[in-house]
Amino acid sequence: MDFIDYYKTLGLTNKASDREIKAAYKKLARKYHPDLNPTDKDAKANFQKINEANSVLSDPKKRKKYDKYGKDWEHGEEFEKAKRSQSTHQRAHSASQSGGDFSDFFESMFGGNATGGRQVQFRGEDFRASLQLSLLDAYKTHKQILTVNGKAIRISIPAGIDNGQTIKIKNHGGSGMNGGPNGDLYITFSIANHPDFRRLGNDLYTTKELDLYKAILGGELIIDTLAGKVKLKVKPETQNGQKVKLRGKGFPVYKKEGKFGDLFVTYNIKIPTRLTDKQKELFTELSKT
Amino acid sequence: MQRENLIGLEEICSHHNVEPSFIHSLQKTGLIEVIVISEAFFIESKQLPQLEKYIDFHYSLDINLEGIETISHLLQRINTLQKEVILLQNQVQFYQSNK
Repeated sequence: MDFIDYYKTLGLTNKASDREIKAAYKKLARKYHPDLNPTDKDAKANFQKINEANSVLSDPKKRKKYDKYGKDWEHGEEFEKAKRSQSTHQRAHSASQSGGDFSDFFESMFGGNATGGRQVQFRGEDFRASLQLSLLDAYKTHKQILTVNGKAIRISIPAGIDNGQTIKIKNHGGSGMNGGPNGDLYITFSIANHPDFRRLGNDLYTTKELDLYKAILGGELIIDTLAGKVKLKVKPETQNGQKVKLRGKGFPVYKKEGKFGDLFVTYNIKIPTRLTDKQKELFTELSKT
Repeated sequence: MQRENLIGLEEICSHHNVEPSFIHSLQKTGLIEVIVISEAFFIESKQLPQLEKYIDFHYSLDINLEGIETISHLLQRINTLQKEVILLQNQVQFYQSNK
């Protein structure tokens, strides 16, 4: 366990006045508050550091003890629990930050109760998890059991969830402190590629081989979609690379039951090989027409 | 609107130790919707996390109302941009897998 320089955390020296500590804390809190930095993964950890520094340096008793023992905190006298209680500002609030996590250094020096006698309610920590699904999994609404921090959670994953999309499961984060609400669980989905279908939004794309004769003369073709097999009419004189759209045969639209994107089929015309002499003759004939 | 989804403003103010005028100011700027039933003020429970965020910004971080309004707009923009980033990343992935 390493010593933490709380003054340095707040960008101060040990000569700082209470006013300077308060001002430095507020300034850094505004910079690192997790609610103000939704895309910064490090903001929460930074915010906890400055929160911890402030909770020590803004409390005269804790600051005195911290200043007295400094780096030799491990040999410090036992801090009397009774002396910890404070009669300062008693505003109880469910702060949206998760302020409950303090360092081992802090716990060792001041005990587990970060706030002394203040009954400040803290919302529990938000948990973040990622979950990989196959394209077929994402195609249908299904239930899945996840284990988060040793707890099994049954979640329902709506059809049409997108790659990179995050969903919030309320109250399944860390437990709140002093009666504060639990945090939330955020799950980010990663949808694996499928060998036959590529997805863009709600549309699916696939490639289908088409023999030369059917491409020229037209006909019927059975193709696989995620909803099952579909019979497709091939128009005569279909070109290589030509695309057809199958309306409503794409991916389900997220949280819009019964709505689907489209399926785009690109034809890849296969030129026959190993032609017989007779076939070559016929092609030669054709080429002269 | 069902009454069980509403929380009394007085209750919120006493729990969070905030002045009702602060919540009324949030209402005036359009950040929070306050419902009036028989001269009593309520907010919908679904708005509570947002309101608690604003209370925290104001009372813990000393951010004034104008600041909260600006932050709220910027956070909405970040949210929209994040969705756009995911969409673009998926498009890039799609076209790369086409190569």
